[in-house]
Amino acid sequence: MSTKQTVARRRSRLLWKEYRDGYLCILPWIIGFIAFVAGPMIFSLVMVFTHWDILNPPSFIGFGNFATLFQDPLFWVTLYNTVFVTVISVPLYTLFALLLAVLADLPTRWQAVYRVAFFIPSQTPTVASALLWSWIYNPQYGIANAVLRFLHLPALNWLFDPNLAKPSLIIIGMWGVGATMVIFLAGLQGIPQEIYNAASVDGANLWHRFTAITLPLLSPVILFNIIIGIIGAFQSGFSIVYVWTSLGQGPDNSILLYVLYLYDNAFQYFKMGYASLLAWVLFLIVLLVTGVNFLVSKSWVYYEYGGAEK
Amino acid sequence: MIAVSPATSEQARSAARSTAWRSLRIELWNLVLIPVALLMIVPIFWMFDSSLKTTLQQFAFPPVLLPQPVFVQNYIDGTGALPFGLYTLNTIFLTGASTLGLCLSSSIVGYGFARLRFPGKGVLFTVCLSTLMLPSTVLLIPSFVIFRWLGWVGTFLPLIVPNYFGGAFSIFLFRQFLLGVPRELDEAARVDGAGSFRIWWQIIMPNATPAIAAVGIFSLIDNWNAFLGPLIYLNTETQGVIAVALNLFAGRYGALYTGQLMALSSLALIPVLILFFFAQRYFMQGIAISGFGGR
Repeated sequence: MSTKQTVARRRSRLLWKEYRDGYLCILPWIIGFIAFVAGPMIFSLVMVFTHWDILNPPSFIGFGNFATLFQDPLFWVTLYNTVFVTVISVPLYTLFALLLAVLADLPTRWQAVYRVAFFIPSQTPTVASALLWSWIYNPQYGIANAVLRFLHLPALNWLFDPNLAKPSLIIIGMWGVGATMVIFLAGLQGIPQEIYNAASVDGANLWHRFTAITLPLLSPVILFNIIIGIIGAFQSGFSIVYVWTSLGQGPDNSILLYVLYLYDNAFQYFKMGYASLLAWVLFLIVLLVTGVNFLVSKSWVYYEYGGAEK
Repeated sequence: MIAVSPATSEQARSAARSTAWRSLRIELWNLVLIPVALLMIVPIFWMFDSSLKTTLQQFAFPPVLLPQPVFVQNYIDGTGALPFGLYTLNTIFLTGASTLGLCLSSSIVGYGFARLRFPGKGVLFTVCLSTLMLPSTVLLIPSFVIFRWLGWVGTFLPLIVPNYFGGAFSIFLFRQFLLGVPRELDEAARVDGAGSFRIWWQIIMPNATPAIAAVGIFSLIDNWNAFLGPLIYLNTETQGVIAVALNLFAGRYGALYTGQLMALSSLALIPVLILFFFAQRYFMQGIAISGFGGR
């Protein structure tokens, strides 16, 4: 009887020890989550209802910031710009990254070289690439117009043309889809070769195999990239647009993106309350879009392979 | 399926022919791949190219393809215009301290989630993962206010310290990786009387080098390229980092000094290129570990 009890007690002591160790191991994350995520979130939700220039004590103004928001033309302009960039860029980047991944997955002789070439642009320091592209887009001496002239096409004003500034920005993002491509590439390599072989035996050609095997089996990865892409796009462009606009490019607020306006409100005009409201509006939009995405995804994402483990 | 063909040699020959045909057909894709690869590389080539041109060649019309003579002076003048030595040291310090913290903290948290049992683990892990989808912009302002209260604005602390409390993606990556490391290893150590933390340090860490490398590389590049954080928290004059200094140089000297500007941009890119060439496989591995096709 006594041995049985000691065994049970020892086992429960071991279990308690494991619980304690488990909590201790994840303690850094718990502290970090409270101090750097949950705490700040709640805090910023309170700030939404205040007017605060950070130097003087905040004053509670109820829904005052909301009234300002709806009448603020720049809020609507920057929201429009950001939605524009998101709507164009996310499908474009996803398709382009998928295309690059499929190309980089072909067992050609220089496969490794192609992968590096496709990936490296995405790792270029953002400020460096902002400066590089502003040089490429230079109306007089830039290489972009040199190419156009060579092709006997009219030269463009790129970043100095309010209608072209946004497309110019989107092109840079396309150049930098390498990281997304690598995620697709990993996904492609996870598709068992036997399925392709079986399809080939059945006489499926390249296009058939792509649409009937690759796309459905890759659909969880596509969804992941779209969701992360949208979250990224809504907050994108800070460094590039910051650098460009400080060089006088992007006229008529044509590339003034939402995060920039948020930054300006917080750190240039010191309207902490109003900037917090801008942040929360962005958060809610992203949350809504992501939610809709997950709902719609049930109709097109195929979870036979892939998603099962999560 | 059904054996119909008589002569095996005939079969072998046709099989060989079809393999040759297939590999030829695949090599034909080079016709598409080469232009696409060139298009991606041309901007970077142009950056290095422009960094080596004299002002006269820079603004030549039509553009000159290759610099002649190779004008290295841009690098000397560019780095001499601002205290770039200091800025480079600042960037290295910031990048190193952040990466160290992220690897240590994320690995122990990942270990906890992958190996130890405790109530509420599933819920906590889900919360951890869902923060991946949180737009970081929402945290920008309240974090600034909190760090200001702590008196940390104007120091490197706001950029370094959060890394010592784990990052959601890195934790996820470590956990996924550790799920694939055989449990027998740590169970044997436990039987020998080792505690959880000794197991983490002496068994798990040495066996998790691919995950450490992946997290480390992602973190090195992220911190090396960081712009917004340093812009908000650091005093540009004395604590400037490379990204901020590049912007400062561009604002101060503008388009007239394109050669120097491109020289500085190239210098910012070169460490990334070197890192990439030495650690190439860990990039792919890192993403494969995270669960996309890693099966």
